[in-house]
Amino acid sequence: MLSSLAAVLFDGFAYGMLLFLLSVGLSVTLGMMNFVNLAHCSFAMVGGYTTVMLMNKLGWPFFATLPMAFVTAAVIAVVLERVLYRRLYRATDLDQCLLTIGIVFISVAAFAWFFTTEQQSTRIPEYLRATLQFMGVNFAVYRVFLVVVSLAVTGVLIYSLEYTRFGAQVRAAVDNQRMARGLGINVDRAFMITFALGGGLAGLGGALAIEIIGLDPSFALTYLVYVLIVVAVGGLGSIGGSFAAAVVLGISDMAGKYYFPWLGAFLIYLVMVGLLMWRPVGLFGKR
Amino acid sequence: MENGRPAASEYFQRQVRWHPLEYAVWLAALLPFVLTPSHLSLASQIAITALFALSLDLLVGYAGLVSLGHAAFFGMGAYTAGLIAKHYWGEPLSVLLISGIFAGVLGYAMSHVIVRFRHLALIMLTLGFGLLLHEAANSASALTGGADGLQGFKYTSVLGFKFDMYGRAAYAYSLAVLFICFLVARRIIHSPFGLALRGIRENAVRMPAIGAPSLSHLRKAYTLAAVVAGVAGALLTQTTSTVSLEVLSFGRSADVLVILILGGAGRLYGGILGAVIYMVARDQFSGINPQYWYFWIGLLLVAVVMFLPNGILGGLSALYKKTQ
Repeated sequence: MLSSLAAVLFDGFAYGMLLFLLSVGLSVTLGMMNFVNLAHCSFAMVGGYTTVMLMNKLGWPFFATLPMAFVTAAVIAVVLERVLYRRLYRATDLDQCLLTIGIVFISVAAFAWFFTTEQQSTRIPEYLRATLQFMGVNFAVYRVFLVVVSLAVTGVLIYSLEYTRFGAQVRAAVDNQRMARGLGINVDRAFMITFALGGGLAGLGGALAIEIIGLDPSFALTYLVYVLIVVAVGGLGSIGGSFAAAVVLGISDMAGKYYFPWLGAFLIYLVMVGLLMWRPVGLFGKR
Repeated sequence: MENGRPAASEYFQRQVRWHPLEYAVWLAALLPFVLTPSHLSLASQIAITALFALSLDLLVGYAGLVSLGHAAFFGMGAYTAGLIAKHYWGEPLSVLLISGIFAGVLGYAMSHVIVRFRHLALIMLTLGFGLLLHEAANSASALTGGADGLQGFKYTSVLGFKFDMYGRAAYAYSLAVLFICFLVARRIIHSPFGLALRGIRENAVRMPAIGAPSLSHLRKAYTLAAVVAGVAGALLTQTTSTVSLEVLSFGRSADVLVILILGGAGRLYGGILGAVIYMVARDQFSGINPQYWYFWIGLLLVAVVMFLPNGILGGLSALYKKTQ
């Protein structure tokens, strides 16, 4: 009983870390730039398919594909930002929603066209497939690896947004765009880099997610809801908040599936609606 | 001041008056009986979708409340109509009314929560309520039939006209309900209440400042939209004699939003035009895989947002003004 509880907790935590990787980019762009980007999971899908193609068609090793997943997704995010998103920074929520949902529909159909609707799979290295035994509980090495990567990403993000010159510029641009421009900060460039970072992190998350939740063209819609829940509950622009929300969501989803399978996703939505009614700006949101 | 008043009242009277084009539109709605008698079931689907879009227009177009979960009310109406027919009686008009009331009660209850939020929280809450209801209907399969849908009931006739396989009664019935709801919506839009809604959409902070009870106006609008959406859902149940879980899905909420935006939000005929274009196109291209169908919908959405911010009707009226 106790060991099964520990296993559920650990699996839920690892799953939460995955959700965190997928959503932290959205938290940054939505919180910083106030742009409702529902196409965030499409970037994740780009990263995932990059990894699949590089590994299965070109035979690249798993670890070499991860940076490529980040870069491809970041490049596509920047292109979209330059061509489409930029014009709607001042538009209403509805317009932003519609534009990005349109992009989701296009990406789902385009990926189905190029890669069929089949579930894609990759072969991760053998040493990541093993399990560790500790105190009678099995820990899958891949999940441990996920946790380590997520903690590293959290650390790097918090450091770069809070303690570097670039982070200060981004925060200044968000707080008061005109003032920041007046001080000579290149706001457009700061926003573009932020967007690239957000998209790239989604791509990395998508690549790492294949082993746990699989990858098919409907990924962009299925996980959109989870990602939005993490961001909305955690609080916009709060990395720590997203982290906490992702952990809560991951563990409660895993525990719900394990202990109350008949409830389905009902529990998750109920928790989200309740939390949002209690705190509309999210658990750790400021505005 | 003296000059301003008659001008303003004249402006409002001109708004309320029926334009010749409007008569033409509603007369044209009768054409399918003569021109395409074999496609009347599609025509009744269009009328139902148009009614659903009209109800969303009250929220999105007039009150400025974004909703990604409007299918909740449509589904509520659809399931109510199905359950009443299955367990109690099958007289369509009374069921239509009751379904509308049920959806309205749900809308009224939700409105107390929804209208207090804006931006991301509003989007997430409407999405969340929609998903919640979808999951609830899926789980409560003893009542709703779950993923298999609700079957085993039949609406046979309305006011003595039988629902046949050609769908003549179904289309006449749907069109009549659409027309009546349209008249009500038109009256509401041009009332002081309708003006206040538009005021809230344009400046949510200023309206309370000039003495308009903004939140209670929004609650009323939300309840009203829910009633109309519930009626549309009940119509679908009555004309097809089945309820599938799809009536509550996110896809249906997204579709109706696309339809409204395509036609032109904030215009009474926007949803109707959007429904005609969308449903006819989907029927014509039904041969292609639905997955690729959404590619074109996505492309259309991006194009409309970028180039036609007021939808097709908005574009047409801008064009018309330019040529004048």
